[in-house]
Amino acid sequence: MAAGVATWLPFARAAAVGWLPLAQQPLPPAPGVKASRGDEVLVVNVSGRRFETWKNTLDRYPDTLLGSSEKEFFYDADSGEYFFDRDPDMFRHVLNFYRTGRLHCPRQECIQAFDEELAFYGLVPELVGDCCLEEYRDRKKENAERLAEDEEAEQAGDGPALPAGSSLRQRLWRAFENPHTSTAALVFYYVTGFFIAVSVIANVVETIPCRGPARRPPREQPCGDRFPLAFFCMDTACVLIFTGEYLLRLFAAPSRCRFLRSVMSLIDVVAILPYYIGLFVPKNEDVSGAFVTLRVFRVFRIFKFSRHSQGLRILGYTLKSCASELGFLLFSLTMAIIIFATVMFYAEKGTNKTNFTSIPAAFWYTIVTMTTLGYGDMVPSTIAGKIFGSICSLSGVLVIALPVPVIVSNFSRIYHQNQRADKRRAQQKVRLARIRLAKSGTTNAFLQYKQNGGLEDSSSGEEQALCVRNRSAFEQQHHHLLHCLEKTTCHEFTDELTFSEALGAVSLGGRTSRSTSVSSQAVGPGSLLSSCCPRRAKRRAIRLANSTASVSRGSMQELDTLAGLRRSPAPQSRSSLNAKPHDSLDLNCDSRDFVAAIISIPTPPANTPDESQPSSPGGGGGASSTLRNSSLGTPCLLPETVKISSL
Amino acid sequence: MTMVCHRPEGLEQLEAQTNFTKRELQVLYRGFKNECPSGVVNEETFKQIYAQFFPHGDASMYAHYLFHAFDITQTGSVKFEDFVTALSILLRGTVHEKLRWTFNLYDINKDGYINKEEMMDIVKAIYDMMGKYTYPVLKEDTPRQHVDVFFQKMDKNKDGIVTLDEFLESCQEDDNIMRSLQLFQNVM
Repeated sequence: MAAGVATWLPFARAAAVGWLPLAQQPLPPAPGVKASRGDEVLVVNVSGRRFETWKNTLDRYPDTLLGSSEKEFFYDADSGEYFFDRDPDMFRHVLNFYRTGRLHCPRQECIQAFDEELAFYGLVPELVGDCCLEEYRDRKKENAERLAEDEEAEQAGDGPALPAGSSLRQRLWRAFENPHTSTAALVFYYVTGFFIAVSVIANVVETIPCRGPARRPPREQPCGDRFPLAFFCMDTACVLIFTGEYLLRLFAAPSRCRFLRSVMSLIDVVAILPYYIGLFVPKNEDVSGAFVTLRVFRVFRIFKFSRHSQGLRILGYTLKSCASELGFLLFSLTMAIIIFATVMFYAEKGTNKTNFTSIPAAFWYTIVTMTTLGYGDMVPSTIAGKIFGSICSLSGVLVIALPVPVIVSNFSRIYHQNQRADKRRAQQKVRLARIRLAKSGTTNAFLQYKQNGGLEDSSSGEEQALCVRNRSAFEQQHHHLLHCLEKTTCHEFTDELTFSEALGAVSLGGRTSRSTSVSSQAVGPGSLLSSCCPRRAKRRAIRLANSTASVSRGSMQELDTLAGLRRSPAPQSRSSLNAKPHDSLDLNCDSRDFVAAIISIPTPPANTPDESQPSSPGGGGGASSTLRNSSLGTPCLLPETVKISSL
Repeated sequence: MTMVCHRPEGLEQLEAQTNFTKRELQVLYRGFKNECPSGVVNEETFKQIYAQFFPHGDASMYAHYLFHAFDITQTGSVKFEDFVTALSILLRGTVHEKLRWTFNLYDINKDGYINKEEMMDIVKAIYDMMGKYTYPVLKEDTPRQHVDVFFQKMDKNKDGIVTLDEFLESCQEDDNIMRSLQLFQNVM
């Protein structure tokens, strides 16, 4: 139960008065709270430093050490205080958590020590408040990395879990996008990388002149012309692999139109198209010029590497996102070029044999000067020309130096953002898990409580299972409140599993649907009340089935408790220890037979299996006797044994 | 950002006005102040607090009606005095007072009569708190039937609305209701 609302429980229970006139069944009696001692101040002595707080404050979190009855183990009757032999400085933070509901992380303490204190006091590390959470996680991660335990980084890199039963398409796509997930994908990844490299190198080597065979005069040919077959084979192999990869990606893509429009697929197409065009174009002199141009596009294969390198992708993304800065750079450069070219042209116009033949010719000089290249193929000779030339080179430095840092900082920002996005994704998962844990903890506690036979109408409290009695006063009252709501609406809380089974049973048109269809005929209050009865009887039947197994489990847990193995090392809330959600028994079709058996029995069967009522029929007696054996610690028995004996 | 800070009247005054002892008021105020340091609860906080007790379903509508029942002066915020007054009625009041408070809760538009629509809203809000996973499966017209049953019982002269007197009379005739009103005696 989350922060501090334990103090609002009286209000929630008082508000239940609003349900009373609507309740169609009598509401259950309130749990007998032991003589409430009224609020008192507790003294907690931590290694000599005394902390005092209200008992209510500690009761706010009943599933921690200080909030539950576990602190009684540390009670010193002589001094009347709770003594803990732990670090008092850390305890301050723990106690503040109870007071404010936020767990802060101390800045100057070791994270490991803090973790150990949290584990001792039963606090989950996820309870660290949002203000300190990021720093806590950062420091913890630093620690783990330093100790070479890189589990967190690994977890973050695994990617989303694939739902079972996904189609081949989805699996293929996932293998393409996250090659680290399966070995085959990784192999494919490296193979394609290798072939990209081979293809690019082949393109490059093709043009190196190799010395021809001894021939006078030794003719220098590019290697491509010397070994045409070898290069053609290599090219074919690479293109085949690239084509195969492209087609596979096209097949696996979840949205083919989007895939076709994406940049990477365009690059793929441009990389392999020249080859196919080259195959179909005849070796004609006219077209071969165009064909040669096409071969230039083969160099685009190098861009396929961007799938393999995240840095390249970020660079590309940066350039895309810095489009405005780049545009400004280009625009200002163009302006400057035009101005200076014009000026230089008119300055050098008078000279004979000058290179500055026209303004566009002067463009080349301006660009070379502004970027401080200075090839020296065009030089001004007049004084005016030289003056303007020096102004040109100075301004070039300025104009170019201005937008470049912006682009650089953009790149750096995007790169770090990318890193942080991964971190945030991992944190989000944890946060969602935390919320789900809190929710499921409460719901399952109540459902388990019901299954354990805690909702019996019998007043003989001693016979109730120990695990049922051992809940805190807060839990008792909260469960009583939920039970009142159930009675008001004539419906019960169940978990998802039972609900889906019930839905399935209804659709099958079994007896369950008949009883519900009775209720759907709104005739009058009498019929509604009678329709409640088969439900109640069925609930008794289910309770009988469930409680046999769960009470034996409960007694097993009790034995464990007494042996002192109560707290599990993993950070789990205490209520979830008793609640095992996946242990809920199936409402299989056999339960329908139960209804018949139990309705026909004149006296209601034993509610609490532990009671032995001599008037109950053999079924109940049989159930209770088998239970006697099980309470000694044998593993839980199957519901079938109970069913056979009752029929 | 201005913080609305409200301090309640003195302890003695509240003790005189309500049926709580000083210690009980102290405990209540401590809890109240912890959750709402500004001294008033607004509807959002109210809904959040109430929703924590019903994780299965959606308690916001019922909390909304509750809020308007607590907020007697209809100011949009519940002060500690309002809170404690209502609690005093619900936990320590006479049967008559409790029933009258419940009538006020059901009467959404506070016109002194409960009609079927108001009752439908309230009952639907209660069923919403049960959530999706119930046994047996919640049907579409279950709330409507529930309201019909209720009206048949309460509406004596069958005119389609329930007045305060009809409500009080019908409730006092019903043993179940009378018995369950004693349920929350020892909550504090």
